[in-house]
Amino acid sequence: MAIFNYYPQTLSPDWPGGYWLHWGVFVVIILVFVMAMIMGFIWFERRGLGRFQVRLGPNRAGPFGLLQPVADAIKVLIKEDIIPAKGDKLVHWLAPVVAFVPALMIFAVVPFHDGALLADLNIGILYVVAVSSVGVVGIFMAGWGSNNKYSLIGAMRAVAQMVSYEIPLALSIIGVVLIAGSLSMNSIVEAQSIPFILLQPLGFIIYFLAACAEINRTPFDLLEAESEIVAGFHIEYSGMKFAMFYLVEYCEVLAISAIITTLFLGGWRGPLLPPFLWFLIKVFGVFFLIFWVRSTIPRLRIDQVMAFAWKCLLPLALINLVITGIEVIALPPALLWTVMFLNLAIVVLLALLWSKFFRLGGGRVEV
Amino acid sequence: MAIKTEPFVINVGPQHPSTHGVFRMRLTLDGEVIVDVEPVLGYLHRGIEKLAEGRTYTQNIPFTDRLDYLASMSNNLAYVLAVEKLAGIPVPERAEYLRVIIAELQRIASHLVGVGAFLNDCGAFMTPLLYMFREREKILDLFEMVCGQRLTYNYMRIGGVSHDIPAEFLPALDRFVTTMPGFIDEYDQLLAENEILLARAKGVGILPEELAINISASGPVLRGSGVRWDIRKADPYSVYDRLEFDIPTGSVGDCYDRYWVRIQEMRQSVRIIRQAVEQLPPGEVRTEVPHLLHPPVGEAYGHIEAPKGELGFYLVSDNSIAPYRFHVRAPTLINLTALRDMMIGWKVADAVAIFGSIDICLAEVDR
Repeated sequence: MAIFNYYPQTLSPDWPGGYWLHWGVFVVIILVFVMAMIMGFIWFERRGLGRFQVRLGPNRAGPFGLLQPVADAIKVLIKEDIIPAKGDKLVHWLAPVVAFVPALMIFAVVPFHDGALLADLNIGILYVVAVSSVGVVGIFMAGWGSNNKYSLIGAMRAVAQMVSYEIPLALSIIGVVLIAGSLSMNSIVEAQSIPFILLQPLGFIIYFLAACAEINRTPFDLLEAESEIVAGFHIEYSGMKFAMFYLVEYCEVLAISAIITTLFLGGWRGPLLPPFLWFLIKVFGVFFLIFWVRSTIPRLRIDQVMAFAWKCLLPLALINLVITGIEVIALPPALLWTVMFLNLAIVVLLALLWSKFFRLGGGRVEV
Repeated sequence: MAIKTEPFVINVGPQHPSTHGVFRMRLTLDGEVIVDVEPVLGYLHRGIEKLAEGRTYTQNIPFTDRLDYLASMSNNLAYVLAVEKLAGIPVPERAEYLRVIIAELQRIASHLVGVGAFLNDCGAFMTPLLYMFREREKILDLFEMVCGQRLTYNYMRIGGVSHDIPAEFLPALDRFVTTMPGFIDEYDQLLAENEILLARAKGVGILPEELAINISASGPVLRGSGVRWDIRKADPYSVYDRLEFDIPTGSVGDCYDRYWVRIQEMRQSVRIIRQAVEQLPPGEVRTEVPHLLHPPVGEAYGHIEAPKGELGFYLVSDNSIAPYRFHVRAPTLINLTALRDMMIGWKVADAVAIFGSIDICLAEVDR
């Protein structure tokens, strides 16, 4: 196991203690960080959505409704835990855990500061892609174990959608990796003298869309589509198990925001403010973008979602990969700004091309 | 080689967020594709038609409020028109104009809910709905001014309306009428050209012109299919023949056309209200009618262009104080009869969108 054989070389020598201390400290930091951030995100999203929807949002519990997530957590803890009588009880019980653990594991390689991460794996980004794709198993288990037709539809959609979006997701990262010359998350941040969003605009767009699909955010929230299949895979969950899925949702959003920050926005880098603060600001910025989209646009249909992955994102990701490869080999690094404008021009061109020839409408099946 | 699949049945409703009440559909699915639809009605049946036979003509007005509770004023109007036709009661001119103003306001309010709910069914997470409810609130405030109620108004009377409008009504109405076109433009900007909405609504759930006529569909559902039929023009009641307005019609008969027709009708309603306010004459608002009305033996059918279609009341009198027969031609029930033809071959997600685009109110369907 690469994680356990690794000893953090990046730590300064005056760090008190060895490997296990580092490990223990960072596990606590990550857990506290994730939980605190999830509560912050829940509050931020609910208040933000309120503003988007010309209403106030929660404002009763605590100042500005800041304690609303706490109130929600208490409510959810004292709720009755209902298990469907004809469901698969073990699978039903295990599913929230299986979904939650991979979402949490992603944070092992997210750098909050220069070298401040649980494990600076030399294959960090590969690890992220690998671990985040395990989450779908939990969702499918939830859909299967509930013995409910709605949740089964949701689970089937989840599998189809997540497996499809893995591919553009991974391909769009490769562009970043090519430029940075490393798979390690920390090195990728260090390589960003200018944020990679400027060098890889197309990669950013593809990654953002594919990640939204991975974490089931609008317009790709088909597996929990409340207006169609009510709540999808977690329809039969209540109490703390439901809260686990709620946590998974926000944990994944947090993870994706953190990864986008790390890969495309320069991670903890930034002037004046301390690095950790820059990291937080960028994470909240990405999250704001995600729920801005959620509050604005309608949901796609399953066949349209699939078509979008295979006919739009995948070719674009491949084109991006080829162009980036050529640029990395042929152009000297000094021409950074030229590359930036070239890539922006390519994005505009490709967007125009695809919006002209790629259409989503129709879709009736003869029966 | 095709994989052998087995169709399965899911129940959508009677408790489902997108059935707009207690409608139930038994969807037979092949994967995600709808093979068969069986609508199940009657969960909200209250026997209003029978109950009405035991009450006087005036006492029946509140019953009509409870038919389509999103357009109570229109129901009032249709009923009192039928009674006035049955008993030959004249209506003062001022009352006619007030009725038109109120009915058109009600049309806007109903369309706002209809369009908002449709967009919500398409997956736009509450935002359009809440934007539209913001304007609907203003209409409800106006209604509260004239009759003191916000949902079930009981405002129209046989031979006029219950009260004249208060002094502050016309300025408030003027404010509403001047701001409303801007808000309708805002809805258009928000979603009309949205690629996802187009993909979800264009070409989906087509109701061909011929079928629409054959099932005697009416209202935006019929006009969306391209039939220029509006009771306000075809058989003008009240003072509609003195007002200028257009009948917007769609071309294909898909969900988008129905949505578009509703948006355009709101603009036309604003136009009608403007003219009606200009022409509003002074005078009485109510003809004196005996408390216990004994219409001559006979029958009458009064119909109006309600927001959801042709709403008709068929009354038979036996010269007693209560109608001998009280029948409601509910537009939404008749519009629903094409549901199966519109849905088959589409996906689950389209089912709720198509259903939402018909814009039904279950209280009227089941009565």
